[in-house]
Amino acid sequence: MTRLSSAFAKPHPALVCFLTAGDGDTAANLDALVAGGADVIELGMPFTDPMADGPAIQKANIRSLGAGTTTADVLAIATQFRQRHPDVPLVLMGYANPMVRRGPEWFADAAIKAGVDGVICVDIPPEEDDALGPALRAKGIAPIRLATPTTDDKRLPQVVAGSEGFLYYVAVAGITGMQQAAIESIEANVARIKQATDIPVAVGFGVRTPEQAADIARVADGVVVGSALVDLVAEHGADAPEHLRSLTASLAEAVHSAR
Amino acid sequence: MTEQTTKPDETATLANSMRHMPDERGHFGDYGGRYVAETLMPLVLDLEREYRAAQADPAFQAQFDDLLEHYVGRPSPLYFAERLTEAVGGAQIWFKRDELNHTGAHKINNCIGQILLAIRMGKTRIIAETGAGQHGVATATVCARFGLPCTVFMGAEDVRRQSPNVFRMKLLGAEVRPVTSGRGTLKDAMNEALRDWVANVDDTFYIIGTAAGPHPYPELVRDFQSVIGKEARQQMQDRIGRLPDLLVAAIGGGSNALGLFHPFLDDADVKMLGVEAAGRGLDGNEHAASLLGGFPGVLHGNRTYLLQDEDGQITEGHSISAGLDYPGIGPEHAWLKDSGRVEYTAVTDEEALEAFQLLCRTEGIIPALEPSHAIAAVEKRAKEMPKDAIILANLCGRGDKDIFTVAERLGVEM
Repeated sequence: MTRLSSAFAKPHPALVCFLTAGDGDTAANLDALVAGGADVIELGMPFTDPMADGPAIQKANIRSLGAGTTTADVLAIATQFRQRHPDVPLVLMGYANPMVRRGPEWFADAAIKAGVDGVICVDIPPEEDDALGPALRAKGIAPIRLATPTTDDKRLPQVVAGSEGFLYYVAVAGITGMQQAAIESIEANVARIKQATDIPVAVGFGVRTPEQAADIARVADGVVVGSALVDLVAEHGADAPEHLRSLTASLAEAVHSAR
Repeated sequence: MTEQTTKPDETATLANSMRHMPDERGHFGDYGGRYVAETLMPLVLDLEREYRAAQADPAFQAQFDDLLEHYVGRPSPLYFAERLTEAVGGAQIWFKRDELNHTGAHKINNCIGQILLAIRMGKTRIIAETGAGQHGVATATVCARFGLPCTVFMGAEDVRRQSPNVFRMKLLGAEVRPVTSGRGTLKDAMNEALRDWVANVDDTFYIIGTAAGPHPYPELVRDFQSVIGKEARQQMQDRIGRLPDLLVAAIGGGSNALGLFHPFLDDADVKMLGVEAAGRGLDGNEHAASLLGGFPGVLHGNRTYLLQDEDGQITEGHSISAGLDYPGIGPEHAWLKDSGRVEYTAVTDEEALEAFQLLCRTEGIIPALEPSHAIAAVEKRAKEMPKDAIILANLCGRGDKDIFTVAERLGVEM
């Protein structure tokens, strides 16, 4: 059983927590997420042009790159996280260009050595899977696909076919951290996706509060929270860990007890 | 080539044609593709389906042709620049006068085509990105013409530098939304347009301004701009009974160059030269030459040459011409470069500025700073070619928008 499948095999829904690598003291911040009860860590690779992200994560990218974060730094953060937390699944999330810059094989090799379990690449849809997917699969890293409200029934089989670890359902047609989708729409879409695949479905985009997270956890296998956590890093800087731990704990309680 | 060149439509059927790209997945060799978020994937597939239907619909082509003739003012003239030729001393220099189009540049050709597609798809709102404002003005123009609301994303820095075009867009009824994310330039405007599109998938059509972005944009923008090369090819045959020896065009994203080059790609005797912006020189970072100074990567929906660092972070281009100041390039150019069919060179700010003034004085034409780069390259090449050789350059925009920039560079107070 992989770390990812273990996380989703727990008797409760999983809480997936996102932070941008290199934005603040990432090691301390990630530890706070784990201490607060996060089941999966999603580590954002900073990129100059985060097209799918709203203002909160855009600014986190700018802060991280402004501080000089390199790909080597991101991989070092992952490596050290893996040493401290041998059992917590770690997923890299980001955009294609930094991932394929030195070639997909290089990236897959570096990621597996850093203890990474899965990769979410925003701008590689199934049609361009060749650009990264085969390299990840060859190393045993799960390529985690995204499905969205615009993914119709005709496309869905193609999207889920190449996804491993879990499927990330993007709850709104939009960017991260903005509006929240109606729970009825999320429920219907998760049900639709679960008819097409057996892998777990985690839902993200626009989830900021324990109440929202609990609502989603009632109908999905996992809940992804990003911008609300990233906002805490922006607001509290060096003091962010205690705030991250506190919000994560309340999110985890809400998600874990939802059903 | 197995066949003497005759008409473009005949050469296009040759098995070894270079005019059949992209493949069915939107790839030009290793380049192009559809690197977009899943939310947009169904939209670009829809667009492709609708574009194929439009291509097969004579009524669509007829309406496009009619608007180009009566609204844009096509065909644009083919002009022999006699005094410039004399001043340079070498090959004959001819211009395709696309600066005489309505709105003053080639951009309108593409906007007419795309807004007809938008209407055909039942879209009720238009968005666009713009750098210098030329594509924004052309988009605002066609939106006014067809009564569709228009939002143009423009980097806050560009809004400040290009205030006359901002006012033009507003006069035409467009909303200009300054983009403060990133560095506030063209690539940030494109990011913001993509973010808007992803959040308004049902009613919004994104009119991309150059032959880049996810498939089918590079193909359809090229096709709409190919009117330039088709006309030029015919005009050359009619005027002097032969094709030019060398085609020259400036390259930012590359749509005016592809528009000129594409109909000639199978004419083996016609050489082609694309001119990138070398800014303050290719040896530093202050240029916008993606092909000559960049590396292949993925941005804004396609795989192509990009200005980027060793970690794949996108770097900012620089050029005196805001229209060339983009860190990427259309994927078909990336493929044409690797295949060797088109040669690429670069011209500095200073050289472009010199060429700008030379054309003003010798021909009574104030060119935009973008084609001034092409003119500078033409000067260099013409000198090395015999007097009976023919160079055809695309004069893709007029320079009214640039007089403030030029004045500043020449130290003139206005």
